[in-house]
Amino acid sequence: MKKHRAKNHETAGRSIKHSGILFLLLLLVWFLLGSRDLQECITGLIVSLLIVILTRNLTPVLGDIRLTPRALFIGLWYILVFFKELLVSNLDVARRVIDPKLPLKPGIVRVRTRLRSDIGKMILANSITLTPGTLTVGIRGDLLYIHWIEIRHRDLEGATRDIVRKFEKHLEVIFG
Amino acid sequence: MADTLYAVAAMTGLAALLIAFIRMIIGPTSADRVVALDVMTIISISLIVFLAAFLERAIYIDVAIVYSIISFIGVIAIARYMERGI
Amino acid sequence: MELAGAIITLAGSVFLFLGALGLLRMPDIYNRMQAGTKATTMGTLLFIAGLALGFHQEIGVARVVLIILFVIFTNPLSTHALARAAHKHGIPLAKDTVKDDLAQDEEARTEPEGEGK
Repeated sequence: MKKHRAKNHETAGRSIKHSGILFLLLLLVWFLLGSRDLQECITGLIVSLLIVILTRNLTPVLGDIRLTPRALFIGLWYILVFFKELLVSNLDVARRVIDPKLPLKPGIVRVRTRLRSDIGKMILANSITLTPGTLTVGIRGDLLYIHWIEIRHRDLEGATRDIVRKFEKHLEVIFG
Repeated sequence: MADTLYAVAAMTGLAALLIAFIRMIIGPTSADRVVALDVMTIISISLIVFLAAFLERAIYIDVAIVYSIISFIGVIAIARYMERGI
Repeated sequence: MELAGAIITLAGSVFLFLGALGLLRMPDIYNRMQAGTKATTMGTLLFIAGLALGFHQEIGVARVVLIILFVIFTNPLSTHALARAAHKHGIPLAKDTVKDDLAQDEEARTEPEGEGK
């Protein structure tokens, strides 16, 4: 009985957190679109609130984000890591495309992730797609199926170490 | 000098658009054509922003934003359709 | 300032061109997606950022930031959805492909006496 109530309490907390983060994100988009005077600001507040209220029954995916100072710091660091990987992956693609022999050794491998939350898995899949030579094809439970343009490891552990670890160690702190 | 470089960049973008269009015509499967269309959309978003800068029409930026949103939803819809039919 | 923007835009357009070239040269749809999604994301990012640097009075920088954020988030997502749909649709991989774990697991799941995963 008590356990049940505690679980209910936890879902309510996640839902409130999700609504708050969604509201702030919508406001950010509104102001990036270039609203300056008072009337437009009030309209933006009302519309954002309306969207949050209308979508309150959807899964609270954003509720899994942690808002501790350490998580925010790691989040900023993660953006830098991500851009570095994006640059490396583009130089890699450019090299492969220009090479007249077209060096490829493609295949689809499994990797396993430790992330639990849906949004964490989504960010991980997005990051994997934008990094050198890898493309997420499917997610099932904690297994990700990755199309790898040049296979270096055929087993699950080696592939996981090569593809997933560099992002996962940061994302674990942010999303859990 | 800078204007020439910008013009060269726009020309390269147009050439990229043309190459993606060739893939869209010859693409053996429908999925190939959708991928080519997606790439063409992304390139044209860049070119729309280029036009907005050179014609000094800030309103064209909004066109680019709406175009990117609609193309995303369209690709997702086509993917759902290919996966399990209507 | 304007010259720096022009150089960044030119670099972006080169990446866009390479992405389209990869789309044309790669042997199967998954490799084409690899070239298509990575190079065009980076290319669009650089192209638009360079324009924003050179023409910040004509076009608002804030909206350009919005477009960049949007492209970074949605481009991999739509590629992911398309790749999964293509694989479920049964579009074959290139003939020099080394292994395909996803097809193996799908088979194990559809067969009733298979062990499953």
